Amino acid sequence: MTAAIELNAVEKRFGNVGIIRDLNLSVAQGERHAIIGPNGAGKSTTFNLISGHIRPSSGEVRLNGDVISGLGPFEINRRGLSRSFQVTNVFSRMSVWENVRCAVLWATGHRYAFWKNVDSLPEVRERTSQILDDIHLTHRRDVPAGLLTYAEQRELEIGITIAGGANVVLLDEPTAGMSHAETDRAVALIRRLTEGKTLVIVEHDMSVVFGLADRISVLVYGHIIASGTPEEIRRDPKVKEAYLGEEAH
Amino acid sequence: MNATTTSASNISGKSAGDSLRFYGVWLVGIATLILLPMIFSSGGSLTSFSLIGIAIVFALSYNILLGQTGLLSFGHAVHYGLGGFAACHVMNAVVSHGWPVPLPFIPLFGGLGGLAFAMIIGWVMTKRAGTVFSMISLGIAELVASSSLILRSVFGGESGISTDRTALPKMFGWTFGPQIQVYYLIAFWLVISAIAMYALTRTPLGRISNAVRDNPERVQFIGYDPHVVRYIAFCFAGFFAGVAGGLAAINFEIANAAYLGAIQSGLVLFSTFIGGVAFFFGPILGAILVTYLQLGLTSVTGVWQLYFGIIFIGIVMLSPGGIAGLIMMHRPLARAGTLQTVIPSYVVAAVPTLALACGVILTIESIARTHSGQSSPINLFGVAFTPASPMTWASAAILIVVGFFVARLSWRRVADAWDRAATIARDRGYLA
Amino acid sequence: MLELIVISTLNGLLFGMLLFLLSSGLTVIFSMMGVLNFAHASFYMLGAFFGFQLTKWIGFWPALLLAPLLVGAIGMAVERYGLRNTHKHGHVAELLLTFGLAFAIEEIVAMMWGRSPVDYRVPALLDFPAFTIFSTNYPAYKIFMLAVSIVIFVALLIVLKRTRVGLIVQAALTHPHMVGHLGHNVGRVFMLVFGVGSALAGIAGVIAGPALVTQSDMAAALGPILFVVIVFGGLGSLPGAFIASLVIGLVQTFAVALNGSLASAFGPLDPSAGPSVLTDIWNVTIAQVAPIVPYLLLVIILIVRPMGLMGTRES
Repeated sequence: MTAAIELNAVEKRFGNVGIIRDLNLSVAQGERHAIIGPNGAGKSTTFNLISGHIRPSSGEVRLNGDVISGLGPFEINRRGLSRSFQVTNVFSRMSVWENVRCAVLWATGHRYAFWKNVDSLPEVRERTSQILDDIHLTHRRDVPAGLLTYAEQRELEIGITIAGGANVVLLDEPTAGMSHAETDRAVALIRRLTEGKTLVIVEHDMSVVFGLADRISVLVYGHIIASGTPEEIRRDPKVKEAYLGEEAH
Repeated sequence: MNATTTSASNISGKSAGDSLRFYGVWLVGIATLILLPMIFSSGGSLTSFSLIGIAIVFALSYNILLGQTGLLSFGHAVHYGLGGFAACHVMNAVVSHGWPVPLPFIPLFGGLGGLAFAMIIGWVMTKRAGTVFSMISLGIAELVASSSLILRSVFGGESGISTDRTALPKMFGWTFGPQIQVYYLIAFWLVISAIAMYALTRTPLGRISNAVRDNPERVQFIGYDPHVVRYIAFCFAGFFAGVAGGLAAINFEIANAAYLGAIQSGLVLFSTFIGGVAFFFGPILGAILVTYLQLGLTSVTGVWQLYFGIIFIGIVMLSPGGIAGLIMMHRPLARAGTLQTVIPSYVVAAVPTLALACGVILTIESIARTHSGQSSPINLFGVAFTPASPMTWASAAILIVVGFFVARLSWRRVADAWDRAATIARDRGYLA
Repeated sequence: MLELIVISTLNGLLFGMLLFLLSSGLTVIFSMMGVLNFAHASFYMLGAFFGFQLTKWIGFWPALLLAPLLVGAIGMAVERYGLRNTHKHGHVAELLLTFGLAFAIEEIVAMMWGRSPVDYRVPALLDFPAFTIFSTNYPAYKIFMLAVSIVIFVALLIVLKRTRVGLIVQAALTHPHMVGHLGHNVGRVFMLVFGVGSALAGIAGVIAGPALVTQSDMAAALGPILFVVIVFGGLGSLPGAFIASLVIGLVQTFAVALNGSLASAFGPLDPSAGPSVLTDIWNVTIAQVAPIVPYLLLVIILIVRPMGLMGTRES
């Protein structure tokens, strides 16, 4: 079976500075994969490379076997990859309902339609309310997204990410800045919503990582130094030295 | 027309009352358009109503860009003007070839003229949003305005292209000679265009335009190319601007370079922004107000454009939501029943604010009239002031200084009253 | 022909340097504050009219010093009391504020000095031909303008390379996101930069006024060309603005000087064809096309290289 995501010798340089060096990564279909590493290791850059936000200087990125490096973010999204952002990135002047509904529209095939009434598309309406239910924001549906609490915005961020029904989901620090109770809720939410999908997650909270991930990759200075099951990573001396040692969570 | 473009509340559970109110607003609007000329039937008011109708279509088309998609264009009149020229040329061709096209269809050709140019130039222009788009729109507007003087065979040089609307085939026996018939033609197209543009906000494209306005980066990660979204929105705006231009060509029976010039582009920006870009009805209010002021002020003062500038700066700095934003701000208070606690403070604040405004007007008029060598007295609420006399200067100075400080105090009290009312409204669940 | 080339090159350089006096300030303000100052050309116009008025009252040389200072002060007030309060409403509101200002300034100038050109004369001291090439007298005043703009250009370079504020400005040009980290004096830096940018525009106005036409629509005529310059050069790039200023200055000056048309080059069209778009284009002279040349360049650069000559940023 082809891997859901495959990075082959990906490099990213800004000027002379190599942010990502010889990055190789393979995420199997249906796997829940966590990328960990110290601050500035290039985790978000890796997400930006995969999702088409920036282009690799060299190397290739494959999604379900097809090369996607060089495509625009929307083209990659249409092929079934969706991502969330570390800094909340929603449509702040639109209501919660509108936020989720916009994320549903392309996937339900309505695209740039200007001849359909958006309020009378049953499948759009059902899917939107389903997702609002899933992320527990039904009671806040008419509130402009910019006025939500921080935790609510993070949940909306996840809702927008999964609304298009993408099979490969990239979540960038979904629980950053949350309290313990909120984190538990978010983890349960992520687990439920990504059932049967491929999940790649960047996370600092080790309890989240070890509780959620099937496999873990450790990124240090733009290079993956270890990749394996949570048990293997826990035991890996290189990881202990390079990462867990200096920044224990 | 009350529904906002930013949040749609009644999606699934649209109650019968809501939809009654929704259609009621539109029906009242249409009835007003039909009845207006019966109440105010003088030639002057018919001309004004016609101009206002055209300005509304134009401003609504502009808001597809500014309010819906977040594109600030300094050259929207290009599509208006090209629509006007297209309409004139089609009218002349209809007459000379004897085509069976009656006048009421002509604005459609104006729209196609505006659309055609938008489709050609739009792809390059909408590559980038924000400030860059604004600058490019200005450059393109200058390009077209200057070219129009070179391509004399198309644009008729300084004198423009004139036409005769009565020479076209009749429809329902209407010749469209009298202004009243032209007014109803404009009103008809106003209703059609307004409904179409409102409907556009309720389509998938309309919603995604809002998303592109709020966050073009994120839109790419839900499958949309913001460039395409901006381009389509730009084309729609161009089409309806062209319709407005076509109506203007019918109304004046001429199209000239002034149609697509910077002043026209500035006026539509003023109208739309003063009215308020966040609500569909904002540009309608703005177009009515600005056209009315434009027609009314020219006879009272020689420097009416300066007042426009000041009003515009005031709106940008103090109420960026425009008049519609100000009105809608009060809706939660009205619903929560706390509006009446704010009104007295408004009344109090209005007095010094008016005094301040009078002081500014006295100063401006004094300067303007002395510099232009006029000595006609400045008539302010029945009090006549001699321009630049010591008495006038003193009154102006007192009004400005005292007005300013008292106004500042009283507006602070308005803010306090507002906070109290808003807190209650929030407690009662009418304010997020 | 050679005469035309020499004179036009001189005039083009002069116009280009004037454009750079304006576009440099506009570029720096845009890079640091994210604000496209629509009223920048209006400050240029204010410089010209203040120069005219002060010359009448106290003579040209004091006016040359005082008028830019006045314009700079107005610029600082605009930043302090206008833009800073509007900043919270976003860049569109800021841009609209400067748009409204440009409109209001034009109307105020028209109210004070009328809409027809004022009689702003070259100072007697400089009112003589500097040299004669072929048969053309080249006025000394234009040489003086060129000298002033070069002096300011060099002074700007030194300030940018050698002073603390210059370093901050340079850092802001390459890393606009870093400006926010300047600390508590960010407001003062903004005000200063805005003031200096406006004063530079003011100087350009004072010295250009006597040579060009000082009229209430001069800002509206020059403003769009300025935008073309900074888009053409690449937003946020000072070298780009410099090159673009010279290119557009030269191209436009040469275009104005050339009287050729397709008709004069290839002979007139068959007159029986009647008037059409083709005959319009065939008969138009290059001089008549001159006003649209900058905008044609804009369209071409947008198609060929959307980020401008030296631009690195997408927006």
